[in-house]
Amino acid sequence: MKRAFFAILQRDLQIAFRRVSEIANPLLFFIIVASLFPLAVSPDSEHLRGIGGGVLWVVALLSSLLALEGLFRADAEDGSLEQLMLSPVPLGVAVLAKVTAHWLVTIVPLVLLTPVLALSFALPVGVLPVMAFALLLATPTLSVLVALGAALTLGLRRGGAIVGLLVLPLTAPLLIFGTRAIDLGVYGESVAAPLYLLAALAALAVSLGPVAIAAALRVGVE
Amino acid sequence: MTNEGRGLRAEDVAIWRGDRCLFESLNFELRPGQLALLVGPNGAGKTSLLRVLAGLASPTVGRVSWQGTAVDALPPELRGAIAYRGHLDGLKKDLTVAENLHFFAAIWGGTADLSLLVELKLEAQAHTRARHLSAGQRRRAALVSLRVAASPVWILDEPMTNLDAEGRAIVMRWLTEHLASGGCAIVATHQPKDFERPGALVIEL
Repeated sequence: MKRAFFAILQRDLQIAFRRVSEIANPLLFFIIVASLFPLAVSPDSEHLRGIGGGVLWVVALLSSLLALEGLFRADAEDGSLEQLMLSPVPLGVAVLAKVTAHWLVTIVPLVLLTPVLALSFALPVGVLPVMAFALLLATPTLSVLVALGAALTLGLRRGGAIVGLLVLPLTAPLLIFGTRAIDLGVYGESVAAPLYLLAALAALAVSLGPVAIAAALRVGVE
Repeated sequence: MTNEGRGLRAEDVAIWRGDRCLFESLNFELRPGQLALLVGPNGAGKTSLLRVLAGLASPTVGRVSWQGTAVDALPPELRGAIAYRGHLDGLKKDLTVAENLHFFAAIWGGTADLSLLVELKLEAQAHTRARHLSAGQRRRAALVSLRVAASPVWILDEPMTNLDAEGRAIVMRWLTEHLASGGCAIVATHQPKDFERPGALVIEL
């Protein structure tokens, strides 16, 4: 099972690096949208500091949606998904491997980029590690949620917008705890509570999510 | 009958598409070593039936079982018992033929035997991405999964599509070896004569 997990992980990473533009698009989207806010709202740093945390979280959410909404589409179109379903590998394990691969290539660079963008919102330097860490804890949950949306809309020709409608309301807890961590960090208070909650959500999503996604895929392939 | 209930069994299977019944009351059992040919005009439901037999879809009515267990809920020790080759070749276009072979082997728990590519006359294309293969070469490359997987049940949907005489001969040879070693197979085809052999079951839709 471990061999199969790493084989799927390696396959998806290999494919991702051969199609670099697909990795780059969500990242560029993230950078561009985040840089539009200072232009559109106000360049006043006091003002930007107030909205910066929230804006970066929302844009990170949307970029992850963009990055993962087509997670299973290529596999469904070339028949490799049905081959995976018939193989001895439990489908949940295969799903976890795919989500992990895409989290590594599209979401982790985004998390690494966030501190740089946070500076353009005049967020205090001390809060940047908190922000990156909160995103690192929240994005596994987010990836699982988007993957679930992608699996549920597999049978639809244009699933993208519907994945957003399905998934974005479910991301509210991540947004609340994530921005709370930043607020607490800005005022120099303890950020442990929201981070613990994000970690708990991640544990829940990563353990139960793949089973739900596998069930949705079976329906989608039929 | 020692083989009773050991094979691939369809009981009272019916498939509906919307409000149209493709077929109903289909019963058969495929025993180890037996070949079934599925024939019928386009749109008769051959592919739908094969997907149901593979456990990829559920029948509207009825039950399909392998060794007594429903095919869409095989226990871990029986998982991978069914190999299905449909119209989609299941290759990743951005990986080379050899990489695809290694992936199949990792997933199915077999070994990636590169001599299979020699047998398929694909050794020169081993490091070509599947995207750059011709339709017939892709079809051949997809066949390696049958040999890697070593599943006792083969479900083949028009396996000869796009294959030249040599490719068809390879399919025939592998199919004969598979049946001789106690495997069973169901093949949807428009040329049943090509596959005819004693004891073959013909299912007409």
